[in-house]
Amino acid sequence: MTFHITVDGRPVPVVPGQTIGAALHAAGVRSWRTTRFGGRPRGLFCGIGVCFDCLVSVNGRAPERACLAEAAPGDEVTTS
Amino acid sequence: MTDDVARRRGDGGDAAYDLVVVGGGPAGVAGALTAALAGLRVALVDSSARLGGQYFRHPAVPGRASGLERFLRLARALGERADVLPRHQVWSVSREPDGALAVHCVTPHGPSSSPHSPDSAASAGARGERPVVLRGRRLLIATGAYDRPLPFPGWDLPGVLTAGGAQALLKGNGVVAGRRVVVSGTGPFLLPVAAGLAEAGARVLGVFEANRGLGLARHPVLALGRLGEAAGYAVSLARHRVPYLTRQAVVAAHGEREVEAVTVARLDREWNVLATRVVECDTVAVGYGFVPQIELGVQLGCGTRYDVDGSPVLRVDDAQRTSVPGVWAAGEPTGVGGWRLAELEGRIAGRSVVAATRRPQAGCADPGRRPEAGRADAGFRPHAGRADADRTDFGSAAGLVSAAGSASAGGGSRVAEPSGVAGPGRGEVAAGEVAGVWVRRRARWQAFGEALQRAYPVKPGWQGWLRDDTLVCRCEEVPLARVREAQELGATDARSIKLLARPGMGWCQGRVCGYAVSCLAGEPPQPPRRPIAQPVTLGTLSALDGTLDGTLSDLDSPSHSGTPDMEDS
Repeated sequence: MTFHITVDGRPVPVVPGQTIGAALHAAGVRSWRTTRFGGRPRGLFCGIGVCFDCLVSVNGRAPERACLAEAAPGDEVTTS
Repeated sequence: MTDDVARRRGDGGDAAYDLVVVGGGPAGVAGALTAALAGLRVALVDSSARLGGQYFRHPAVPGRASGLERFLRLARALGERADVLPRHQVWSVSREPDGALAVHCVTPHGPSSSPHSPDSAASAGARGERPVVLRGRRLLIATGAYDRPLPFPGWDLPGVLTAGGAQALLKGNGVVAGRRVVVSGTGPFLLPVAAGLAEAGARVLGVFEANRGLGLARHPVLALGRLGEAAGYAVSLARHRVPYLTRQAVVAAHGEREVEAVTVARLDREWNVLATRVVECDTVAVGYGFVPQIELGVQLGCGTRYDVDGSPVLRVDDAQRTSVPGVWAAGEPTGVGGWRLAELEGRIAGRSVVAATRRPQAGCADPGRRPEAGRADAGFRPHAGRADADRTDFGSAAGLVSAAGSASAGGGSRVAEPSGVAGPGRGEVAAGEVAGVWVRRRARWQAFGEALQRAYPVKPGWQGWLRDDTLVCRCEEVPLARVREAQELGATDARSIKLLARPGMGWCQGRVCGYAVSCLAGEPPQPPRRPIAQPVTLGTLSALDGTLDGTLSDLDSPSHSGTPDMEDS
């Protein structure tokens, strides 16, 4: 019942209902962003939309929180 | 749902709901359902895809979990009687000239988002979010709480999660946070998190409770009810051979790109490090209690008080009214106490809103309300699912408010200031308004929540875990050294430190580091001033009838007055 999204071109499996952040974490992708100053890796931290560590761009849109954004079939996620 | 929503909202776009509820956890759902059962027109918004809040978070296909089935019955009953809008993030609430409250939300575009069409859908289309404005005669703030993290060296490494984050992964997404997991922090919440991870197959290497674990058992008031639950978790941890170690905590995380190990320390009473050892792991779940989300109330000017643990919370009276007319609050924003207390408070708030709607005070015009909503029975629609959802608590909820309107119904007078020293703001108002049994039950659960806060405090020794280069603020990457530097330059309070060193100036607006910065400044955390509670695009702002200037000026001045002119065209 899983479908796939792409993250920077790479396919990531999703169980329907999962957020993009959860799908990435489940696929072993723990970080998908680096900070502006220190270039430090960032992924999920609060997991509930509070910390904004997990920002991604979905289908070319402005950054949003991967932990809140539910994945949809065909989503193209880009990280920075 | 589209037709339903359109029908209930009215076609003019200016009809206000009787009640708008922000937050779809136990408090919000209970409040909304109570009001809807009495015939009020109710809308409930929540940022998540599914109702439940943090405690009743569940996957798209819910499994079996304690209490969840009951909550889902309530949520279903609510969905049949009210406009439930998931995936809606509220970024501002403002008072309109006619007294109604405008709840400004954004919702993502996409096939799964609500088709509910707002007044200003034209803007922001390409930006991925759509503004939605809900108008309500009354507002219930049920926005819950989030984990209170403490900084420590390496806490920004991927693989370090809040306890609630690990729980959300598991309960909401069916994802086990890691293979070798360490759980650390303080408070009873660590138990279900560790037990859940262990049962889902993670190797939980230990639960490190910085306080003394006996705090729970020694407190007589705790015999009230939750001990059974805690015992269940203890059994689960024992079955999975998970050690529960008190006066210990993770004081550093190590790794290059992600967590590879942690330093666990044995602590003294004040959390100073006595001895350390290294534990290899790939995941850490940390939590030091909770931060109530109160910024919407602060935006509107609601009075606050300090909870037992020093958290600013919204001050409410016996009927869950805040100090601002027309605004109620329930659940953790009024004091952290768990889902049972939250649900009870939500129900009390719902009854109080019903009473206020039926008997508006003289001088408090209620123009947006339709006549049929004024009577309880007129809008009461029996339906097939009623029996299971309403039979017990919600069936009898109708008797909760016995003689409403005696003190100050909703839109009328302000709630009296608490008299005497540091009163909790509860219990001094509206005698006879809320049935005694509810007040007593609420008092018991409040006592329980406060006892837990006393049993699991945050002790100052954690500041000694930090190094100069430890990030205090993750967003703006502010290390401890820069905070100390600001203090040496004369920044004596958290606000000055923020202005000089920028902790709390990033995306999360200080939600994550605010508590730590306050501690470092040696002051209690201040009520959060966030005129825009969620980041929104300029397109969304400008869609507010072209009053972008007014919005930005409100941003600049940290006033508590909200944005009364936002919708004034």
